[in-house]
Amino acid sequence: MGIGTSVLLKMNAEKVLEAMGIQAEVVAADITKAKRDGEGADIILTTPELVVLLEGMPGKIVPIEHVFDLTEIRQKLSAALL
Amino acid sequence: MSSVLEQALGQGSIKLQQSCVSWRETFELAGLGLVESSRTTSAYTNEMIQAFEELGPYMVIAPGIALAHGRPSESVLATGLSLVTLSTPVVFGSTANDPVSLVIGLAAVDHDSHIDLMAALSELLMSEDTVNFLLKATNESQVRSYLI
Repeated sequence: MGIGTSVLLKMNAEKVLEAMGIQAEVVAADITKAKRDGEGADIILTTPELVVLLEGMPGKIVPIEHVFDLTEIRQKLSAALL
Repeated sequence: MSSVLEQALGQGSIKLQQSCVSWRETFELAGLGLVESSRTTSAYTNEMIQAFEELGPYMVIAPGIALAHGRPSESVLATGLSLVTLSTPVVFGSTANDPVSLVIGLAAVDHDSHIDLMAALSELLMSEDTVNFLLKATNESQVRSYLI
């Protein structure tokens, strides 16, 4: 929807990236916007239920189960950045 | 914690220890909280329900926690939150985070003016102790004094 989950995920991903010393542009988007404008994204963070709707996008799709869990976000982002 | 949150939760928006048997009933209560606190019209409740029907349980964003919301629309009168705790957890169909005991209703007038609110909400719900406190709370003033 672009106002709830994606905003929380963006804020927490930014926290994690900053702590990791990685510069990145993080954009919050609903499914429609992600599919329309997300072609250039290296990584697409989402929730597990929405993965199926994003398949086929060029970026790596990284499902996050718990959007407040900075450890999970960090582990999965690190793996995706390798 | 944060007065941003306290302000976002208008009179009538906090509903504790409710008994619901389905995600739909919890959304109806979360919607009612937004309506009673004059943040949305009742049409927004249907928009939240429709959003869940379309995109499924992705709104269950953490173990036991659902964020019920629709899009910014004419049904949103002002940005705000509602808070519903469930006396018995309800299965929403989330693989990772079922069952749900806490439902936060969210209405936003646009895509970016509620960012401070979301930051405060994230900080609040990140703490397991806080979530447990909210789940145990039986009256609104307990919750409000915690949020101030």
